[in-house]
Amino acid sequence: MPTSLSLKELSKKEELFSPGHRLCSGCGAPIVVKMVMLAAQYPIIAANATGCLEVSSCISEYTAWKIPWMHSAFENAAATMSGIETMYRSLKKQGKISDEIKFIAFGGDGGTYDIGFQSLSGAMERGHDMTYICYDNGAYMNTGIQRSSATPFGADTTTCPAGSKCPGKLQQRKDLTKIIAAHGVPYVAQASPSHWQDLMKKVRKALEIKGPKFLNIIAPCNRGWRSQTNDAIRLSRLAVDTNYWPLFEIENGVTRITHTPKDKKELMRFLKPQGRFKHMFTSENEWMLTAAQEHVDAYWERLQREQECFAPQNGTRLPNPEHLNWQ
Amino acid sequence: MKTWKEVPPGAVITEPGSSRKFKTGSWRAFRPKWIPENCIQCLFCWIYCPDMSVKVKDGKRTEFDYDYCKGCGICALECPGKKGNKAIVMEEEGK
Amino acid sequence: MHRKVAANGNEAIANAMRIANPDVCGAYPITPATEIMQRFTTFVSNGKVKTEMVLAESEHSAMSACIGAAAAGGRVATATSSQGMALMWEMLFIASGLRLPIVMGMANRALSAPINIHGDHSDGMGARDCGWIHLYCENAQEAFDNMLMAFKLAEHMDVRLPVMVGMDGFITSHAIQTMEWIDDETAANFIGEYKSTNPLLDIKNPVSYGPLILADLYMEYRKAQEHVMSGVPKVVLDIAKEFEQISGRKYGLFEEYRLDDAEVAIVVMSSAAGTTKEIIDQFREKGIKVGLLKPRLFRPFPYAEVGEALKHLKAVAVLDRADCFGGSHGPLYVDIASALYNYAQRPVLINKIFGLGGRDYMPDHAEYVINELLQITKDGKVKSVKEYIGVRE
Repeated sequence: MPTSLSLKELSKKEELFSPGHRLCSGCGAPIVVKMVMLAAQYPIIAANATGCLEVSSCISEYTAWKIPWMHSAFENAAATMSGIETMYRSLKKQGKISDEIKFIAFGGDGGTYDIGFQSLSGAMERGHDMTYICYDNGAYMNTGIQRSSATPFGADTTTCPAGSKCPGKLQQRKDLTKIIAAHGVPYVAQASPSHWQDLMKKVRKALEIKGPKFLNIIAPCNRGWRSQTNDAIRLSRLAVDTNYWPLFEIENGVTRITHTPKDKKELMRFLKPQGRFKHMFTSENEWMLTAAQEHVDAYWERLQREQECFAPQNGTRLPNPEHLNWQ
Repeated sequence: MKTWKEVPPGAVITEPGSSRKFKTGSWRAFRPKWIPENCIQCLFCWIYCPDMSVKVKDGKRTEFDYDYCKGCGICALECPGKKGNKAIVMEEEGK
Repeated sequence: MHRKVAANGNEAIANAMRIANPDVCGAYPITPATEIMQRFTTFVSNGKVKTEMVLAESEHSAMSACIGAAAAGGRVATATSSQGMALMWEMLFIASGLRLPIVMGMANRALSAPINIHGDHSDGMGARDCGWIHLYCENAQEAFDNMLMAFKLAEHMDVRLPVMVGMDGFITSHAIQTMEWIDDETAANFIGEYKSTNPLLDIKNPVSYGPLILADLYMEYRKAQEHVMSGVPKVVLDIAKEFEQISGRKYGLFEEYRLDDAEVAIVVMSSAAGTTKEIIDQFREKGIKVGLLKPRLFRPFPYAEVGEALKHLKAVAVLDRADCFGGSHGPLYVDIASALYNYAQRPVLINKIFGLGGRDYMPDHAEYVINELLQITKDGKVKSVKEYIGVRE
């Protein structure tokens, strides 16, 4: 009997991610994992890239996972999961397994956008029936807040510190969600733990679809973001409300915004509570706030146009290149 | 501590959820206090808790699990409370 | 029962894989091992095996997929060489540390730079400490035989370790040789059915693979792994005994060729051993007592047994088809020297580096080495412990 997406009903579900993990007080990552596990209505097997979530959830003889779980290395959660999923398919074909199991690979932005990019791309391209979930906190947090290609423009990190010659990260974030969509996979989406129902709907949708899926979920890190310990949900909500982290999905090539902020806020509202942006609030760095706001606005505008573009016009749909029929 | 003869092959952990043996409640500097009179049982605290430290029974929240609560305060911040009165407040641990 | 054929090493390994019928294969092409996978995927595409392929986008991902598949709970195999193995180097340690039975055919090839696609042992040697079991093959017959035995060895409940089976790139992988197949049913029964330990796919018993281990426990895990490795030679011999029943071919930890009454000997692995044996026969015809020791199980190295086999000799030349940079000796020499070190009476030991990057090892190289050994037994003078032979001076 599927559980309805009400907190009351969900609270009756068996816990699959246990407390006693070593993630920091107020970390966004375990909130994301918990929500994903609650949303899932199938037995799950997970793979995990090296990173905060992995080292903190499975250390020594303690594991927070109550599902089968594997960590092998940093850059290969997707490749490891490719092997697990393929073994499942092989044994199922041989009649040795009959359980319906779904496969989720977790990775931080470090192990997904950068070092894990190749293996993610390979797995998505090969068409494995798996979901890759990136918990995006915008830096290599586990090793002490180093810059990744997911780090927001202007952020101070320990490898691009805001100094007198260089004011933090000068590149804009890599748009990984759209890059994965360009692989022709059946489903990609962005989600936020602040909008738990939207997140859970996307997880459920992904798990129902056959083929490779990618979910990019913002996961605030109060250490790396230099924010308050209690800020994770508030900041992820601000990320959505400022259009820094738009909630959308691309299903079979069709873009759809799943949540439009009713009361859109200035990007500054998201940046100000985070110490990693404080150098941007000086007069000589005002251009950075402007650049960041422009970028966010342009992205949102483009997203809306893409949505319009794919909406049926005069009864016809925009042609979508035929993708492999995922078996 | 285990000797080399006792450690599991390949370091595979065969007891799911064994992290429960590690009580992270000792990390707290602040502790949440639940005020049931102001609680509308919205369960936001339960869903947003990173440490699964809001106990629930039959779809309703009960006490905090102080064995694991790290005192982050997300629950207190997100709590809508009743008529402007929060159902969760943070107090200094040990006071 | 047996069928005599003409086949190259790649075909031999592919055929052994076909018989083993792995559940999953994660692979990526690289010269000179590519043909193994090309032949194998032909079997896959024509339904001759049940294997599901992961045609990975790199060797690192290929080995990662093998690791995931092995942990999920099934028989896994792959093949690679040189740079491919070098790229998956990090994952080799992980495969053995997680105690996953994975079998990998290796067409041993030189490592870059300079880039070279021909045969030498620098790839396997570069990974000799990664916790895998290493078997080396002289020819296509041995490649076929060792590959079959490798599955049984890797999956043995006292072992549960990954195994790599090496043959010389191009020299063995591509050269067509006469050899014998073993019929499918007999060979498959010899290997047996795969049995899993802690499979991820057993959702009723969730397991976690790959925890972070700190300084308080890591060393215990390493000691435990070392202990398992120390039990491998016995299993290798037991399996070889069983294999003799179905093939008529005897295998040990190493091959001893005319070694018992020898006064001097050459220690060399893989195809060069074949050439050396021919020359040894010629010397023997002249009454000269020379022999050969050809290591087969290279990791774990059977130090005690090798020591016993060589201790009676007056002079031994260890031929290495790889070198250790830094003015040191070749890797095989180092192991042979360790094996002999604690004997009060032990042979004079010299080291020759040969055949790098596919440089031919010719009969006159073997002659040269044997003559040098004989000269050492006559006047006791060693001109140099280590020499590159076959290089233009």
